[in-house]
Amino acid sequence: MLKVESLTVRFGKLTALDNVSFALQGGEFLAVVGPNGSGKSTLLKCLLGLQRIDSGSISLLGHSPEDLPSSRIGYVPQVKTLDRSFPASSCELVVSGLRRRWPWRIPPAEHERAEAALRQVGIGHLSHRALSALSGGELQRVYLARALAREPEVLVLDEPATGIDATAEQDMYDILDRVNREMGVTIIMVTHDWLAARHHCSHALLLKNVLIASGPSLPALNDANMALAFGHAGHDHAHGHSHSHPHESGQPEQPDG
Amino acid sequence: MDSMLAIFLRIVACGMLIGFSASYYGAFVVQRGMSFLGNGLAHAAFGGVALGILLGQEPLYVALPFTVLAALGINWLREHTKLAADSVIGLFFALSMALGIIFLSRVPTYSQDAMTYLFGSLLSVGVTELWISAALAVLTVATFPLWPRWAYSTFDRESARIDGQRIRREDYLLSVLIAVNVVVAAKLVGIVLLSAFLVIPAAAARLVSASFAMMTTLSVGIGVFSVAAGFAISYQADLPSGACVVLTQILLFALMFALNKGGIKWPREI
Repeated sequence: MLKVESLTVRFGKLTALDNVSFALQGGEFLAVVGPNGSGKSTLLKCLLGLQRIDSGSISLLGHSPEDLPSSRIGYVPQVKTLDRSFPASSCELVVSGLRRRWPWRIPPAEHERAEAALRQVGIGHLSHRALSALSGGELQRVYLARALAREPEVLVLDEPATGIDATAEQDMYDILDRVNREMGVTIIMVTHDWLAARHHCSHALLLKNVLIASGPSLPALNDANMALAFGHAGHDHAHGHSHSHPHESGQPEQPDG
Repeated sequence: MDSMLAIFLRIVACGMLIGFSASYYGAFVVQRGMSFLGNGLAHAAFGGVALGILLGQEPLYVALPFTVLAALGINWLREHTKLAADSVIGLFFALSMALGIIFLSRVPTYSQDAMTYLFGSLLSVGVTELWISAALAVLTVATFPLWPRWAYSTFDRESARIDGQRIRREDYLLSVLIAVNVVVAAKLVGIVLLSAFLVIPAAAARLVSASFAMMTTLSVGIGVFSVAAGFAISYQADLPSGACVVLTQILLFALMFALNKGGIKWPREI
């Protein structure tokens, strides 16, 4: 489904990604984890065809990212980067994902399709709500609905927990778990939240400009690898909330330390 | 010789056509946070006008390529540096004004044209200006199919790129069209008040619009009405045209602000 070989990206003298190789099977839930500046977002941009690569190759669903029809990908950006002042409703945002253009007007059939996508993420009642009136968690769900309305094969998320509260974060991960397991959608999620990655993702990719580890999330994010990436082992200092663990049922995950 | 009524109608028609184009692009200018671009391009037009006067040519024909080049230069420099948009626009603003002042200093006689472009004049509205305004309005209508693309990249540039939009090319086109609008409107409204003319209708529309389609429609409505009304007041009361237009727009902005405070938005939010 995804094969990255010897990927190198440089910004002047800075090497953001150095000879990174990994592969991912369809239906997996991958977390791309690493500290700030480790090349996570650069990798995501490469996968989306937004970043020129210096060497290496990427094959996503059998295409290079530039040639991949965008209808096969659902993308959820960071909510904190969005322009909340833009005059639009949730429904319009979802329809923009279906059309891949901004809608001037929305016919009833398209409106119904957008509402169905919003119901799928539990916010069908917010269809006419202005984006400026949504909470961070609600806006994140609208973006999820927008991505899912395309019935994508791959869902790509950029730091989805940023800018939303703990409850909304848990709700979002519940939706992602359901989308991954019940709909079979492959998920690639960039996050600095290694705890969420351990609890929710089947696989992980640990970066610090070079590839430190890849594979099933628990061994990939073990203490030794975390120490290499972050300079310390993955202790749960900052997270007051808990994560359920759909990929390790019957084997509750205990954060290290 | 034209009757007074014919002159009046020509002025109002010209105002409506220019108001239509400027306020349509104004919706994108305001929502993209590029309000200073109108100011920068208006002053770039001044440099072009001054060069036209110095060369003894019709200022409009020199200002047009001059301002379009400035618009392209602003976009290019933004792309190739890490400077903020207002810094780049400010640089071109200052460069154009400096060149304009030098060009005018080399003109041996006083030029009424320079004053016309600085403050606007309805006396300059002839049949040629009417045709140019009509051509501009037709050009604006021809860009309507681009509205969904420009609106999409206005909201979220990254998603627009992922969905295959060539946003760099589209940005250049939008800037060039805004530059053409600025030059055509400069003679009637005046460079000094031109950026308000581009921004106020859209800003007023934003206050009561719950969708970008409604914001664009209302902006055009406010733009057409205020320019026509402003020109009519200017003609009847013998007051400067640009000032009359801007004051009419400010009145409409105040009305929209009152509606906004009254909780009124279209389409209705739930």
